[in-house]
Amino acid sequence: MQREIRIALRVTVATLALTGVAYPLALSGLAQLVAPAQANGSLVTDESGRVVGSALIGQRFTEPGYVWPRPSAAGAGWDATASGGSNLGTTSRKLRDRAAAELERLRAANPEAIGRVPVELIAASASGLDPHVSPEAALWQAPRVARARNVDAARVRAVIESQVEGRTLGFLGEPRVNVLLVNLALDRQFGRAPE
Amino acid sequence: MTAVGWLQILAFAAVIFAVTKPLGSYLFRVLEGERRPLERLFGPLERALYAVGGVDPRREQTWLQYAGALLAFSCFGLLVTYAVLRLQAALPLNQQRFGGLSPHLAWNTAVSFSTNTNWQSYGGESTLSYFSQMAALAWHNFTSAAAGIAVAIAMARGFTRSVPEGGARTIGCFWADTIRAIVYLLLPLSGIVALGMLATGVIQNFSPYLEVTTLEGAKQVLGMGPVASQEAIKQLGTNGGGFFNANAAHPFENPTPLSNFASLVLIFAIPAALTHTYGRMARDARQGWALFAAMALLFFAGVSVAYWAEARGNPAFAGLAVEPGAGNWEGKESRFGIAASALYATVTTGASCGAVNSMHDSFTALGGLVPLFDIQLGEVVFGGVGAGLYGMLVYVVIAVFLAGLMVGRTPEYLGKKIEAREMKLASLYILLFPLLILGFAAWSAAAPYGVSSLANAGPHGLAEILYAYSSAAGNNGSAFAGLAADTPWWNTTLGIAMLAGRFLMIVPALAIAGAMVGKKVVPESLGTFPTHGALFGALLTGVVVVVGALTFFPALALGPIVEHFLAEAGKLY
Repeated sequence: MQREIRIALRVTVATLALTGVAYPLALSGLAQLVAPAQANGSLVTDESGRVVGSALIGQRFTEPGYVWPRPSAAGAGWDATASGGSNLGTTSRKLRDRAAAELERLRAANPEAIGRVPVELIAASASGLDPHVSPEAALWQAPRVARARNVDAARVRAVIESQVEGRTLGFLGEPRVNVLLVNLALDRQFGRAPE
Repeated sequence: MTAVGWLQILAFAAVIFAVTKPLGSYLFRVLEGERRPLERLFGPLERALYAVGGVDPRREQTWLQYAGALLAFSCFGLLVTYAVLRLQAALPLNQQRFGGLSPHLAWNTAVSFSTNTNWQSYGGESTLSYFSQMAALAWHNFTSAAAGIAVAIAMARGFTRSVPEGGARTIGCFWADTIRAIVYLLLPLSGIVALGMLATGVIQNFSPYLEVTTLEGAKQVLGMGPVASQEAIKQLGTNGGGFFNANAAHPFENPTPLSNFASLVLIFAIPAALTHTYGRMARDARQGWALFAAMALLFFAGVSVAYWAEARGNPAFAGLAVEPGAGNWEGKESRFGIAASALYATVTTGASCGAVNSMHDSFTALGGLVPLFDIQLGEVVFGGVGAGLYGMLVYVVIAVFLAGLMVGRTPEYLGKKIEAREMKLASLYILLFPLLILGFAAWSAAAPYGVSSLANAGPHGLAEILYAYSSAAGNNGSAFAGLAADTPWWNTTLGIAMLAGRFLMIVPALAIAGAMVGKKVVPESLGTFPTHGALFGALLTGVVVVVGALTFFPALALGPIVEHFLAEAGKLY
C-alpha cells in the first residue's frame, strides 16, 4: 500500500502539471496566435472605434430607438459577472407576476406593434446575457424604433431583416437577431438613436 | 414540436451511432491492445508519466489493490484541490483578487470535482481565480474522467477475462489505465476540440475582467479567462462544471448552435463508445450493442417527453396575451431554442455530465422530471465516462439474475455464473443510491436550514431538494439552480452525498469485477440465456426503469408529478 501511495502522490503532481497547468497555458498561447479576436471575447466597436461590448454578451437597452433584448436575471440585470437565470418554475407566482408586468410595459411602449407579444420577450434567458432575440421579436418592435427615430417602419424592418442569422447548416439552433449588432446597424443607417 | 427540432435530435443520435464503433475500437486498442495506436506520437508522454510516477504498467492488480490505488489518487486530488481553493488569495493568476473559499464551500467544490460531479455551489466568475479554475478544476476534469474509464474497463475485464486455474485474479493496472486514458484520448481530443470551440467564439485568455461602456452608456464588466481549454474536457469527460455560473448557457462557454451540437456529441461520445469497447472485450460485439440499444431506447423516451413538455409551454402564461404554443422560454437561450435545450437537458443527465445550456429549474414540471428521473435511473443512459458502463453492468447482473429466477436456472453472463456474492454487491450498489438521495432529501425537507435555501414554493420546492441530492449522489452536477446551495448544511451534506455516490459505488463495482474474474467459463449450451439480442435488451431496459421507478416514484409523485397537475389547473405559489 505504501508503494501505491507513493505512486499516487507522484501521479497527482505529474497530471496536475500536465493537464492543469501546461495544457491550458499552451492552448492560451496558441489561441492568442491563431484567433485573438475570439479568444479575447469577440469585442465590438462603434464607428468611432470605441469598444461598446462583446458580440456574444447581451447588454441592456431601454431607449425606444433601439431594439430591446429579453429580460435578464443576471445580477441586477445584464451583470456579466453574475450570469444566471431566474430559476423560477411554472407554478411560481413571482414568475407569472414578473411576466405580466413585463407584458404590460411592452404593450405600453409599443402601442402600434402588430400581433401578440413574442413570448421570449417576457421570459428571462438562461444566462441572463442572451445576446439574441428571435427575428419575430425584433420585427415586432420595429414600429416603436421607427417612431423614435422618425423614420419609416419599413426601413427599420429592412435593417432588422438584414441582420437575421439563420439556423446553422439549416437545422441547428434557431434563427435570431443579435441585439447589439442590429442596434449598431440602426445607428449606422439612421444616426445615433435619440434618447 | 417542429420537424426541424426533431431533425436536430435525430442528427445528434446519428452522429453518436456513427462514432461509437470507431472510437470504441480505438479505446479497445488503447486499453487492451498489445500495441497502442499512435504509439509513436503518444508513447513518449505515456512513458514519461510512468517514469515520474514510478509506475510499472505491466504490474497487474487485484480488485482490492485497484480500488486502493483509485482511492489514494482521489484522496490526494481532493486534498490538493481543497488547499488550492482555500489558499486562492495567495496563489497566482488571480486578477480579480478573489479571496480564499470558505471551508464548507472549498470542501463541497473539492469533493465535487474529485468525484466527477462538478456541482456548482460556487459561482465561477464571481468566486474563482484562473489558477483555481485550471489547476483545481480542469485538472480534475481529466483525472476523474480517466479514473472513471479505468473502473469501467476493470469491471469489463472482470466479466470478460478467463483466468486459468490457479492464475492471478487481477483486473488490470489502475495507473496504466488512467494514464493511457489521459494521454491517448482525453488530452489530445480536448486540445483539438478546444481549438474548434475557440473558432466559434469561446474565449481563452488571462486578461483581467474587461470594463466596457455599452451603446447606451452604461458600464458592463465582462468576465474573462481560459475557458476553451476547460470547456472541451468538461464535456468530453462528462464533468460539466462551468467556468461561469450559467455554465454552457453562458455565451462565452457556448456561443453558437454549432458549439452546442459539438458539446452534445462530446458528452455522449466516450460513454457510447465504451459499449463497443466492452463488446470487443467480450469478443462478441453484439454484447456491446445490446447495452447500446437499451441506453438508446431510454434516451429516446426521455428526450421525447422533455421536448414535448417544453414545446407545450408554461400553462401559467396561457392567460397572458402572448403568442400561444411558442414553448416554455423561461431559462432558455434564443440561439438554442426549445428542441436543443430539451435535448441538452436529456443528454447531460443521461450521461453524468451536468453541464446545462438552459435552466432546468424553469422547465415545466414534466420537462424537469425527465432530467431528474434520468439521474435517478443511475445515469446509465450512456452515462458518465466509465460510470455509465459500470452502472449498466450492475443492472446487467440484476437483469440476468431475474431472468434466471424466471426459468429456475443458475444465471450466467458471458459464460460465468452469477452467484450470491455478486448479487449482494449489486444490491448494495443499487440500494445505496436511494438511501443517499431520499435520506438527505427527507431531512432537508423537514429542517428549517434545508428549506430556507429554496427558490420555489410548493411541490417545485421539493423537486429542487430531490434534484440536488440526486445530482450529488449521481455525480451529475446539474441543478435546479434556484436552490441557494452555498450554505454550511447544503455544502456539507451534498459533499457527503457526492463522495458516497462515487466511491461507495465504485468499490462494490470493482468487488463484482474481482468476484467475476476468477470464475470458470462454462461453454454455451441450449439452456443459456442469450445476452446479445432484442429480448435481453428489452429486459435490461425494463429492469432499469422498474428499479428506478419503484425506488423513486413515491417521491416524484409528491414533487414534479403533482406539480404538473397543479400547474395545469392554474395553481400558483
